[in-house]
Amino acid sequence: MHELSVTQSLLKIALDHAEKANAQRITDLHIVMGELSSMVDDSIQFYWELIARDTIAEKAALHFRRVPAELQCMTCFHKYHPTDQELVCPQCGGVGAKIIAGEEFALESIDVE
Amino acid sequence: MPTNIPIVENILNANDRLAEENRARIDAAGVFSINILASPGAGKTSLIEQTLPLLKGKLRVAAIDGDIATSIDADRAAAAGAGAAIQINTGGDCHLDAVMLRGALEQLDLTQFDLLIVENVGNLVCPANFKLGTHKTVLVASVPEGDDKPYKYPGTYRGVDALVINKIDLLPYVNFRMDYFQQGVQVLNPGVTTFPLSCRTGEGLDAWVEWLIANSRKA
Repeated sequence: MHELSVTQSLLKIALDHAEKANAQRITDLHIVMGELSSMVDDSIQFYWELIARDTIAEKAALHFRRVPAELQCMTCFHKYHPTDQELVCPQCGGVGAKIIAGEEFALESIDVE
Repeated sequence: MPTNIPIVENILNANDRLAEENRARIDAAGVFSINILASPGAGKTSLIEQTLPLLKGKLRVAAIDGDIATSIDADRAAAAGAGAAIQINTGGDCHLDAVMLRGALEQLDLTQFDLLIVENVGNLVCPANFKLGTHKTVLVASVPEGDDKPYKYPGTYRGVDALVINKIDLLPYVNFRMDYFQQGVQVLNPGVTTFPLSCRTGEGLDAWVEWLIANSRKA
């Protein structure tokens, strides 16, 4: 449900940057989305088509670059991908990990004409 | 030919900036503030109800309650002794965000209070992504929800500053392995302050109340 407000932010950031560059049209948005960001790309796409209408981003395509979650054990420094049932370090069984990837949710770049 | 414009801007930046403004407003009034997260039914409102009488004469408390609809929670907070209770109805949104909190803060004279309790919408997923500007985030877990919740909702469990484990009076009746639960918590949030308690029997509430008082005196 929160994707509507998030998509509005996305549109605003893209339009601001396009305006600064005196662009006529935005053709593509490149979004980075981490596995832990709890955002749903289908839902963003759905709202995008509604709210980008009548703007210079109307026909822009959304591209999502997904980043898998990666944890680093703070005991043995092994890096691993957590699974649903297991968060502990698969190498040493240690608890206390740092998230090093997977929380990203950003607009990386736009293509304009 | 299309030109690529590099941006790399966090899409939640607008919310984060407003959260910082909220924090500045709360700090200027010298109030300690908490954002309470939990799944529906874990006992957020019950915790507030049981806490308020124990703070009577010690801290002046304002409550802001977020829900999709109704003012039931704000009414309960007011009845339990909150000096002010404001309801935010999100109209379908699954979380509070910094804009909604700003609107509620504008209705309060914060200088009249020592502690501000913000009760978020019952949901373990999105509220963790939307900063409000409060000092501490408190998660209320409860025994009947099951011991696997830290594993299923790592985003929420890792970001909190304190963890209340409610309904411990039900431990003898449900299959809740406290060790397994705590291990899940410790993986991503080592050393988090934890308050096992029961809103029904009152067991464990003292430590929680002392934590609130100590933090409010520092603010």
